[in-house]
Amino acid sequence: MSESSLQDVRAVNGGGSWFHRNQIAITPWLFLAPGVLFFIFYVISPIFQSFNVSLYDWDGLGEAEYIGLQNYQDLYWEFVDRDAFFVSLKNNVIWLFLYLLAIPAGLMIALFLNQNVWGIRLYKSLFFFPFVISQVVVGLVFTWFYDPTFGLLNTIIGWVGLGPINVLGDERYVTYGIIAAGLWPQTAYCMILYLTGLNAVDPEQVEAGRLDGAKGWKMLWHVIIPQLKPATFIAFVVTIIGALRSFDLISIMTQGGPFGSSRVLAFYMFEVALSEYGFRMGYGAAIAVVLFLIMLCFIAYFLWSMWKEEKGAR
Amino acid sequence: MFPRPIESTARTTQAAYKTLLPIALLMWLAPLLAVAVFSIKPDADFTTGNYWGIPSTFEGLTNYGKVFLESDMPRYLLNSVFITVPTVIGAVALSSMTGFALGIYKFRANLWIFFMFVAGNFVPFQILMVPVRDLTLDMGLYNTKTGLVLFHIAFQTGFCTLFMRNFIRALPFPLIEAARVEGVAEWRIFWFVVLPLMKPALAALSVLIFTFIWNDYFWAVVLTQGPESQPVTAGITSFNAQYRAAYHLMSAGSIVAALPPVLMFFLMQRHFIAGLTLGAVK
Repeated sequence: MSESSLQDVRAVNGGGSWFHRNQIAITPWLFLAPGVLFFIFYVISPIFQSFNVSLYDWDGLGEAEYIGLQNYQDLYWEFVDRDAFFVSLKNNVIWLFLYLLAIPAGLMIALFLNQNVWGIRLYKSLFFFPFVISQVVVGLVFTWFYDPTFGLLNTIIGWVGLGPINVLGDERYVTYGIIAAGLWPQTAYCMILYLTGLNAVDPEQVEAGRLDGAKGWKMLWHVIIPQLKPATFIAFVVTIIGALRSFDLISIMTQGGPFGSSRVLAFYMFEVALSEYGFRMGYGAAIAVVLFLIMLCFIAYFLWSMWKEEKGAR
Repeated sequence: MFPRPIESTARTTQAAYKTLLPIALLMWLAPLLAVAVFSIKPDADFTTGNYWGIPSTFEGLTNYGKVFLESDMPRYLLNSVFITVPTVIGAVALSSMTGFALGIYKFRANLWIFFMFVAGNFVPFQILMVPVRDLTLDMGLYNTKTGLVLFHIAFQTGFCTLFMRNFIRALPFPLIEAARVEGVAEWRIFWFVVLPLMKPALAALSVLIFTFIWNDYFWAVVLTQGPESQPVTAGITSFNAQYRAAYHLMSAGSIVAALPPVLMFFLMQRHFIAGLTLGAVK
């Protein structure tokens, strides 16, 4: 069928100009051109430029001086001396792991809300609410939530005779406090993914499982979660990216403090390259390259999964 | 359905579930509700230490009035609109074309170009920061809305292409074959056959990009400064610096800044969720 229609197409197009005859080969490139060129100009080539900049000592205005791998050596010594770079990298790892809690938390809330009672649709929307709000506002809200003098958190733990604790002013708690704030919208996102996934769970398999005596956790683990795999994959991708992009919350809530203890690479890079601490573009670019290489491992994994899927679809 | 429908359980369980729902919701949104309450309190409540009690007087109108009439907030809001709307139009237009090309045609570079878009979309912003800021400076677009819009369009094209291409892939291909048999030119197939079928995707993407761009903070800080071009996410920090410790005004300002995407979400909920969960179900 498709064979014959392709020949028809050629027969129809055969007569006209060169463009008409090669229409099917040329058209995709014409449609791609603006998007691809724009994307290469603003996204792809800057990646390589950053690699290049990281080999220079440059304040962003004057002459750039080529210094080879000096910036990376400085990073290494900062790492060994447990300085800013080490703290940022350590916090990045904490972010990566703890942020993943959004996935099980989102699943729990989705299971809790996957019912058919009156008004449940409104409940679902309101639970999703935190994701729609800008991270800047989430940061402000949580800064007040943690406030040692009047914050809701200390008011509540005051009732049971604890506290007060200054979450954002204490080097031990500050990163965890910010991650908790980040988990709030992220959990909402994972929840909505799982709600959609649960909607599509095959009821016959659930019934079959029930007949086999599967209940509760067993049912969840052996019947439901395998069917939620696509939702879990997306939740994983989005959460990892979110964790490595954590900038807004840190910038709003602590500015990296106290004493730089809540920095992550994304924030430290900005601080080095574009703040009152100076304009060390080359050094900042070197930090960005490290962050990029960490992300690249995940990007490679994501693309590999997508590629396997594409092969399966053909 | 999993978990077991609550209607089929004992009456007490049902009652417990129905009382638990609102309590859970209140706890979930507590930080936000606190800000909402703050925003209608009078200044005096904060000096007397009445943080969590009932507002002594209702000052919602005064507080929000101040935000709109005595600060740069309206400026920032307007900037956000002028940054967000062109970005949505630009990114959706570009990506419906790239998505069409990658979703319909078979050629060797297809998957590679697609993966370029996907990979670029996942990249950390910081690796782009120095060169993009430099580019924008060189083009004389630093601290302009145009500079911000151009970058946003380019970057969002990555995500939008991923979305559009997968959506177009799922369309019935025989429709396009039939049009080709009729001798319809390829660009007319795009305009008259594919584009009308893409309406749900266009709607979903528009709401999503609107929210992403409205809430962007990083690029706003990197590429703009000052009330003549900064969007509201960056503006709120200067607003807060201006009204330091005036919690009632800071709360009102935050709520104003957060509201447009929230409204968008509630008005276009179906499209919004369809967009976010694309691919979550096979």
